[in-house]
Amino acid sequence: MFELPPVTEAWEFLQKNSVAIGPQLHLLLWALGMLIIDFVIPAGRKAVSALLALGGIVMAGLQLYLLRSSSPISAFYDTVVLDSFATFFSALFLIAAAVTVFISYRYLEIENEQHTEYYALLLFATSGMMFMAAALDLITIFISLELMSISTYVLVGFLRRRRRSNEASLKYFLLGAFSTAIILYGMSLLYGVSGTTNLIVIGEQAKLLQGNTLLILAVFTIMAGLCFKVAAAPFHMWAPDAYEGAPTAVTGFMSVAVKAAAFALFLRIFFVAFHEVRGIYVPLLVAVSILTMTWGNVAAVTQQNVKRMLAYSSISHAGYVLMGLVAGTELGVIASAIYLLAYTFMNLGIWAVVILLRRQDISGEQVEDFDGLYSRHPSLAIVMLIFLLSLAGIPPLGGFIAKYFVFSAIIEVAMDPSQPYASLMVWLAVIGVINAVVSLYYYFRIVYAMFIQEEYQPAPLSFSAGLLTAIAITGIVTLLIGIYPQPFINLARAATSPLL
Amino acid sequence: MEFFMANILNFVCYFPLVGVVLIMLWPKGKEHETAVKWIANLVAFIGFLISLPLITQFNNPAFIDMTGMRYVIRTNWIDALGVQYYFGIDGISLLLILLTTLLGFLSILSSWNAITERVSEYYCYFLILQVGMLGVFMALDFFLFYVFWEVMLVPMYFIIGIWGGPRKLYAAIKFFLYTLLGSVLLLLGILALYFYQHSVTGTWSFDVLGFQNLEIPFNLQWWIFLAFFVGFAIKVPMFPFHTWLPDAHVEAPTAGSVILAAMLLKMGTYGFVRFSLPILPQATIHFLPWLLVLSVIGIIYGALVAMMQKDMKKLVAYSSVSHLGFCMLGVFIATPVALEGGILQMLNHGISTGALFLIVGIIYERRHTRLISEYGGLSHVMPVYATVFMIMTMSSIGLPTLNGFIGEFMILQGVFADPDYRSWAIFGAAGIVLGAAYMLWLYQRVMFGTIEKDENRTLPDLTLREFATFAPLIVLAFWIGLYPRTFLEYLHEPVNQVVEKVRPGEFMPLPVQSAETK
Repeated sequence: MFELPPVTEAWEFLQKNSVAIGPQLHLLLWALGMLIIDFVIPAGRKAVSALLALGGIVMAGLQLYLLRSSSPISAFYDTVVLDSFATFFSALFLIAAAVTVFISYRYLEIENEQHTEYYALLLFATSGMMFMAAALDLITIFISLELMSISTYVLVGFLRRRRRSNEASLKYFLLGAFSTAIILYGMSLLYGVSGTTNLIVIGEQAKLLQGNTLLILAVFTIMAGLCFKVAAAPFHMWAPDAYEGAPTAVTGFMSVAVKAAAFALFLRIFFVAFHEVRGIYVPLLVAVSILTMTWGNVAAVTQQNVKRMLAYSSISHAGYVLMGLVAGTELGVIASAIYLLAYTFMNLGIWAVVILLRRQDISGEQVEDFDGLYSRHPSLAIVMLIFLLSLAGIPPLGGFIAKYFVFSAIIEVAMDPSQPYASLMVWLAVIGVINAVVSLYYYFRIVYAMFIQEEYQPAPLSFSAGLLTAIAITGIVTLLIGIYPQPFINLARAATSPLL
Repeated sequence: MEFFMANILNFVCYFPLVGVVLIMLWPKGKEHETAVKWIANLVAFIGFLISLPLITQFNNPAFIDMTGMRYVIRTNWIDALGVQYYFGIDGISLLLILLTTLLGFLSILSSWNAITERVSEYYCYFLILQVGMLGVFMALDFFLFYVFWEVMLVPMYFIIGIWGGPRKLYAAIKFFLYTLLGSVLLLLGILALYFYQHSVTGTWSFDVLGFQNLEIPFNLQWWIFLAFFVGFAIKVPMFPFHTWLPDAHVEAPTAGSVILAAMLLKMGTYGFVRFSLPILPQATIHFLPWLLVLSVIGIIYGALVAMMQKDMKKLVAYSSVSHLGFCMLGVFIATPVALEGGILQMLNHGISTGALFLIVGIIYERRHTRLISEYGGLSHVMPVYATVFMIMTMSSIGLPTLNGFIGEFMILQGVFADPDYRSWAIFGAAGIVLGAAYMLWLYQRVMFGTIEKDENRTLPDLTLREFATFAPLIVLAFWIGLYPRTFLEYLHEPVNQVVEKVRPGEFMPLPVQSAETK
């Protein structure tokens, strides 16, 4: 153990190092501040906190923007690093959080649960995610993972008067805690074999430890735990229940940001620490990927509840993101990043539309609630069509570019004779594209309801400026990624360079 | 004018969007429907007119680039992937584009009274569909091709799904899923090509002509061919991938069926001619016996099933399967004459089957039934209609002086020119006989005899508008039948190129008039 430095030195140390975690730190402090300010906000005016939260997000975003081009800053004895990977994902989480705030305030009003805590928790979770993207050390990883997870458990149960929400929260908490424990177990094994908690050093050690049973066990347990977090089959059971029971805005947030954060971790750990032992886990990851997308899609086909259907659809999308990880190449990691990018926008857009349909006694959760939407609100239906087509991977939309990238990553590996498992990759690609076709079937049930069914629920939609802004932003970006993907590809390429 | 000619492909392709925008901005409501119809018809007609300069300037050296492609437009689109926005046409695409603009207009014209609900949407989807189809025939970048190929599925889904018959939902989603399944496998094939090209040449590109110059190892060709085959064969559709077709045709509104038969199916055959054959020649030769078997099964099976139908539209739909089998027979055998005949037969099928769907649509509009048994003796009350129907029947079964004869004759002659597969011509000929049987039997049951149903006694004959939709098709049918050279001379050059790839040195090339001597 090292000796504690004197106070002034400690202060200097903090000042120097906290630059790297500036955005996260400020977001945390801001959220804490919001909880205090809450005392002076009158009961009927809690919506103000939405604005406050937005302010915090903008501030953190601004800070992130100012730090964007600097070379990687690692801090606190290499436990966190602010590199382009962390910046990319942090920006993604901030955008997701901002959109979530936009789609939340009206929804919470309808549900009669407008509280400052909601927004504060959102910021806590976001901050945790940003730490996850920046973490380079097992301990930091674990703490940031917990910060995100615990905030999310509470958010899922935020509709405290609803049994479904409570049930979802408890389920999510129990299974989530279980998976965190599994990850922790893997981490302890990893520390045992490598003698360090630093991912980079572990990566170097792994080279020497090829074939070590404990290392393999550690890889598998961490993988299982992360599969829980990204809701990959066969560890996805919690997702449909949690997604269905959670407040819809939180569902949207979970299905994109929480998932993306877990994937950021997945990418960082598996590229930095475990890249040398790829041979061990690739076949298993292929199986998980195939199982995830197939299970998610097949289960989604049978759903009547839109929230559940989209929950299963988001499970299947996790399978596609995993394909980038399976490929393990430069293109593969770019593919995963770009998939998460496109997915964030299109999926948030979908949830925004679902929230719009939540009004009076109508939950907006049944496929029938979409009936005849086109006849009353043509532009809304068209935007929804864009999101659904994008999710199904129809060009020229963001989802197509995303799918294009994951498939090209897989085909690249399949075409390379020096790579092991080339033929496995071909099957993965074929099953992947067939799954895309299956997914279109259930997405088009909503399209059918919107455009072809005639009956219409006459109750007016719950329009709000925030929701419309959210839908407009996500819609435009979804289109933009499809029509002019160049800048987004550049972003993803820059973001993933630290991993290679 | 110079600007127009330099970007003519863009103008032709995207002009229908002008109509979409206008219709969307136009005030909604029943009283504005006539205006919307006028807009759609005018836009489609102008769209046809602006595609005409494609012919007149086709051999103008100013618009020919080194590869022999005309009116090339080429800019970078996605640099990171080497994707280009690359349009260009040769003789094959020229004819298909003109057929698209013409039939697009005619099918819009034919919808005037048929569509009474959600009128403005209907025309929007049609015009968007038009853009997608034109883009497919113009794209020379595989990525771009794929984008148009997929884009066109969505409006077609809505056309079948909203204005279709009783089983429209089933038919629409089946159409979409089938085609999508094919196209995603096609995408994998494209990606394999793309990475192979990079491993050999080091360039990232989706340039179709570049792919054609690759020497791809047979093993890889084999896989890519399978992927392409599923993609295109579903679209054509070839037996056994044809089951979506009768459903889609029967449920689609008349104009949808016309476009489906005349253009959408051609995208599959065009895919084979443009991509599978020249890029994967060895695999094509390797699979040739199987391909011929499937084509012939399509011809015979389609014809036999057509003969048994009680519903006229279903009959015409199955006749499509049979005719497309014919096209594919000509295309796959890849002797110069057969290939050219196969391509010409694509046009012929577009003209005659398109017209037959219109013909069925006309009595369906009047009687709201398509059952053959509901009719009989119509020639007494609808003489003009009877004449049009007769001409198109004859065109479909390949009576000399009409277009079908030229295509079928060329295909059979071309098949015969290949000593190994000479005997396959017998099956082709059998298909013609069966074709004559079901078409003439249909005509006999519907048009001749005495009128037995009272409703049929007062059926009005063709109106001027309806006749106007048929007139160009009749003219074309006779034109191709009497003087096919006008059309064939555009095909010689590209056909020679394809044949040279697939079966180098085996056949005398077709005589090409070079651009200079003209």
